[in-house]
Amino acid sequence: MKHALSVLVNNQPGVLLRVVSMFSRRAFNIDSLSVGITESPKYSRITIFFSGEVHIVDQMIKQLGKIPDVAAVQLHKPEDAVYRGMTLIKVKSSANNRLDILKIAELFRARVIDVQATTLIFEITGQDEKVLAFTRLLDPYGILEIIRTGQIALERGEQTITSNKKKNSFYGKNML
Amino acid sequence: MHINGARAIIESFKKEGVELIFGYPGGAVLTLYDEIYKTKFPHILTRHEQGAVHAADGYARATGKVGVCIATSGPGATNLITGIATANIDSIPLVCITGQVATPFIGKDSFQEADVCGITSPITKHNYLVRHAKDLPRVLKEAFFIARTGRPGPVVIDVAKDAFAAKIDYVYPDKVKLRGYSGDYPCNEADIDKAVALLQKAQKPVIFAGGGIVSSSTYKSLRKLAASIDIPITSTLMGLGCADPDSSGFLGMAGMHGSYAANMAIMGCDLLLGIGVRFDDRVTGIVSQFAPHASIVHFDIDHAEINKNVNVNLSVVGDLQQSLPLFLQKLAPYTDSIKKNCQAWYKHVVKLKQEHPFSYKEDPEHILAQEAISKISTLAGHDTIVATDVGQHQMWAAQFFKIYTPRNFITSGGLGTMGYGLPAAMGAKLGAPAKTVLLFSGDGSIMMNCQEMATIADYNIDIKIIVIHNSVLGMVTQWQRMFYGKRYSHSLFKSKADIVKIAQAMGIKGYRLEKKDELETLLPKILHEQGPVLIDIIVPEVQDVLPMVPGGKRLDEMVMEGEA
Repeated sequence: MKHALSVLVNNQPGVLLRVVSMFSRRAFNIDSLSVGITESPKYSRITIFFSGEVHIVDQMIKQLGKIPDVAAVQLHKPEDAVYRGMTLIKVKSSANNRLDILKIAELFRARVIDVQATTLIFEITGQDEKVLAFTRLLDPYGILEIIRTGQIALERGEQTITSNKKKNSFYGKNML
Repeated sequence: MHINGARAIIESFKKEGVELIFGYPGGAVLTLYDEIYKTKFPHILTRHEQGAVHAADGYARATGKVGVCIATSGPGATNLITGIATANIDSIPLVCITGQVATPFIGKDSFQEADVCGITSPITKHNYLVRHAKDLPRVLKEAFFIARTGRPGPVVIDVAKDAFAAKIDYVYPDKVKLRGYSGDYPCNEADIDKAVALLQKAQKPVIFAGGGIVSSSTYKSLRKLAASIDIPITSTLMGLGCADPDSSGFLGMAGMHGSYAANMAIMGCDLLLGIGVRFDDRVTGIVSQFAPHASIVHFDIDHAEINKNVNVNLSVVGDLQQSLPLFLQKLAPYTDSIKKNCQAWYKHVVKLKQEHPFSYKEDPEHILAQEAISKISTLAGHDTIVATDVGQHQMWAAQFFKIYTPRNFITSGGLGTMGYGLPAAMGAKLGAPAKTVLLFSGDGSIMMNCQEMATIADYNIDIKIIVIHNSVLGMVTQWQRMFYGKRYSHSLFKSKADIVKIAQAMGIKGYRLEKKDELETLLPKILHEQGPVLIDIIVPEVQDVLPMVPGGKRLDEMVMEGEA
């Protein structure tokens, strides 16, 4: 099963290494990881997507919680959160087929961000399935490159990672 | 106080109650050593950085305080790695200060540069790279706090050379403000109620005690618990000394080389109280068959240990200093009824212990390691510290030397670090000068840090070094004998090295015991000599540590008799 985990960490050099080396040391496989700034300059936020049994999820959360630079950990439920990731796709095109390709893009709400005489670059966000379907349709035209960001996740409603008391109950930490 | 970063570190040591540090100077830490010189801060100069870190570890294990060591950048710091990993896996509080090249040189592959934070991340509780002297007071405060609170562990502070020299207005913070760490581990009362209820229903309970009891100083609660309801206790290697070895309910160590009674009790019990343990693979045997008939209750400070190796029925997460007394208190009204329920089991287990003690076949001609260790155990006082290296002698020490209180058995349990013993014994003696300190080592292990004999001689550190000399890598040959068709690949020492002469050359008195009667005639006298002594005891090559649970087997599938 696929899981999404948000980790709020102190915005300091070396913290990402600590998190990543823990995954590597404990043989946790992850599908994607993205890290970026947050509403507060004190913190960075890491979003991790991974697959694994309940046991692995449990260990992953606990081991993350042990790292002193980790301020909060949140496991997202798909129904309570939104996930987004971006994909850039460069596809071959000519005057002959450009309109056809743009039609397909429109159906998928992919945006054109670059047009050249022989290529197009699209930006598409959303679920894996949608991106996959889009690339499948572009494939016959000749895809030159695909690049994807890791997905990020945010809880719906007023719930935030900092109101998540999970870490508190695990370790008695004064989270924030 | 307007002082430089190096002096700020020394002042912070004083504030933290550090009485002694271990280290080895070098380019990047010269400013720090200059301040050590000026302030006359007590410092032990070892002969290798690995000696310094193990000594700090031995000091920490013997005293319960944070051990402190210093090394220079690059090779100095990388020489600490084995010691840091040893402390990390055994949850020993250390603060290691390493020098780093000056800030402008970081990342340029400068002379003696190594990425210490990168290297130590997986083997520390936390680490810091300090580029600015102004951060030092806060970082030192945090480092000691993190090292000693919660589940203890090593913290590395990598300090750029220019940060030692830069001047700051020194103020040591009163409090630690960490956003992701509080060091406070309250337990949940409801979990303890559930544990009491489970014990009320049990008929065949066993206590499985580990190193967490040592680090939380809760052995008195443990002994009270065992005595109040007559529960048999077994312990891990790290938990030796928590239970009274003379009490009838103490079954000895469990696991791969554990006692028959301890392993059978684990396999037969219907309730296992794991207290301050992490269910290491050396102790569980095949993990799916560990305590197969039991409800397992796991008391531990570290939430991540729950269900990590063994799935448990109930966890009591929190500081044992809180949870154990509360457990005792809540148990008090039911002790008589529990005692009655468990009487038959207790008698059964105690009988197993009497029928199958740790034993060995005497050899009419040669001194055996087991015999020598038993003999020394009877000669030593109850408050003797025993340090060990790693291998057969370590297991025999665990089996045959009676450890009466925690912090008296100093051994590399988790990492199994050969070469640990000598420097650790040295650190232990410096931490607990009133106690007798013995080291059991082997002719393999002793050579791995034998340079520290020079340190021991220089500071006249009164430890008794007992080398169990079998001229082979004992544990390796035992496995080769049992599982590799006696193909003794690179495990036989055809060495001309004379360990007694090495000791003498380093300034330590050395003796060799070969004849059986010398255990009676010479050994007691040598052990009572003043100052450091090395005793080289020659034992036969072929001896197995028994019982033994082979890898991948259940705890009740012990091999009881070997070829030797």
